[in-house]
Amino acid sequence: MTWDWQFAIEIFPDIASAIWLVIGVTFGAYLVSLTFGLILTFLRRSSFKPLAFLTYWFIEFVRSTPPLVQLFFVYFALPAIGITLNKYLAGILTLGIHYATYVSEVYRSGIDAVPKGQWEASRAMNFTKIHTWFRVILPQAIPPVIPMLGNYLLVLFKETPILMAIGVGEFLQEAQLIGAANFRYLEPITIVGLLFLLLSYPSAILINKLEKRSKLGYSANKKQKGMSVVGTDGEAVKQSAGG
Amino acid sequence: MSLGLMEKQLNNQQVADQEQALVKYENVKKQFGDNEVLKGLNLAIQPGEKVALIGPSGSGKTTIIRMLMTLEKPTSGVITIGGEPLWHKKVGEKLVPADEKHLRRLRTDIGMVFQHFNLFPHMTILRNVTEAPIHVLGLSKEEATERAVDMLNKVGLGDKLDAYPEQLSGGQKQRVAIARAVVMRPKVMLFDEVTSALDPELVGEVLQVIKDLAEETDMAMILVTHEMDFARDVADRVVFLHNGQIEEQGKPSEILENPKSERLQSFLSRFLA
Ligand SMILES: Nc1ncnc2c1ncn2[C@@H]1O[C@H](COP(=O)(O)OP(=O)(O)OP(=O)(O)O)[C@@H](O)[C@H]1O
Ligand SMILES: [Mg+2]
Repeated sequence: MTWDWQFAIEIFPDIASAIWLVIGVTFGAYLVSLTFGLILTFLRRSSFKPLAFLTYWFIEFVRSTPPLVQLFFVYFALPAIGITLNKYLAGILTLGIHYATYVSEVYRSGIDAVPKGQWEASRAMNFTKIHTWFRVILPQAIPPVIPMLGNYLLVLFKETPILMAIGVGEFLQEAQLIGAANFRYLEPITIVGLLFLLLSYPSAILINKLEKRSKLGYSANKKQKGMSVVGTDGEAVKQSAGG
Repeated sequence: MSLGLMEKQLNNQQVADQEQALVKYENVKKQFGDNEVLKGLNLAIQPGEKVALIGPSGSGKTTIIRMLMTLEKPTSGVITIGGEPLWHKKVGEKLVPADEKHLRRLRTDIGMVFQHFNLFPHMTILRNVTEAPIHVLGLSKEEATERAVDMLNKVGLGDKLDAYPEQLSGGQKQRVAIARAVVMRPKVMLFDEVTSALDPELVGEVLQVIKDLAEETDMAMILVTHEMDFARDVADRVVFLHNGQIEEQGKPSEILENPKSERLQSFLSRFLA
């Protein structure tokens, strides 16, 4: 059996059109993991010990069971207790929550790397807890871990095929159907592989760039982003300094 | 004998001052695990008073001011500021542990400068100084900026508003840190060895800024320092700590030129060499 270009070109649009679904599910799950991961990070540091402890065990539990089992649980078992989710939502939530436990670990490493003096200065300045988190700690904790966070976007992307198990029709499935109908699997599956490569390679390069940039200082980054932020601040200063 | 007498005089003075003291440590103890760092500290600071804390490493100087900044909780005893207990809340007649709201209210009277600056590296110099006025005092952006620029001019950094901390020298960073604390107009400022992380040639500029502040403002100051000349110039009173207790205190001239206790004598002799 040899590679049939005509067949490949013929089926390409059908397979590629499913790509939007994969991208959508990936970003949906990624958004869930970024947000829920941050919530897990906060809960785990809660001064209310039972809550911190519970969160710890939740994370351990989610991490030590396979995402596929969790997916089945959410999609097939939860309806038994009255929670029914459509397959897309079930897929997004399951993958999102699973990876939230890893993302939470990434946040934690970023937060732990912020010097203790930043917490103390925030307290000495009498900032509220929320202000300290969102204006002092996280702005320092997150930039260095952006590459690691970005990496999980790629991992998630490559993990989406497991959603086939609950019938989320995506391009792997499309490829399989085409293959079965024509008794030719070489072209459709190769196209799938190529599409994954086509999407993840540029993302990997982008993450690499981010990584280099996160090693530069704050002043260098500000200049790269353009002077507008500094400019507005500077203007306000000149006005009030003159008055 | 004479030591006992002086202690009595000081005690009498403290009793007289009790009503007007701005900050008061009453029998404050602090333990880290088994290590008893402060063994019943009694110290009162008057409004506007400049107090230098000196003493060997590990004698508890930092711990004393960190407890006032609410960075460290005393094991027992009461610290008051403006007559109100800092770590406790009065509920009727009883003292119960303070909550964050109580701490935040009293903290507005206290400012601190750290040994290692602890500037916010992701904020410009100007934002370092306006952040708290805007978000803690609730000033408008314009008011806060005006105050901050004023303050930064005073410490000689009016031309660095848009710079980031990483672009400044140690001495400049520490002057920003001073501006950041003073801009809040606290009643008492705490300085913890603010020049000991600096290259020797940068120490002078920072000490000068503090001296000017001490003269111009009526803020009280507690200065932990190893710079004896500076202590003499700035302080109204020098307190010598040893092993978590006040060994000797008094006017700078008495303490630095006429030390009574042997421990103080030997401590000071290290600075003469
Ligand atoms: N967070 C902490 N945990 C445990 N022990 C501590 C802690 N902070 C301080 N100590 C101990 O308390 C004692 C007093 O420390 P402190 O920092 O107050 O001394 P200091 O007079 O400021 O000394 P230095 O001149 O070296 O700064 C030391 O023995 C120190 O090891
Ligand atoms: Mg110290």
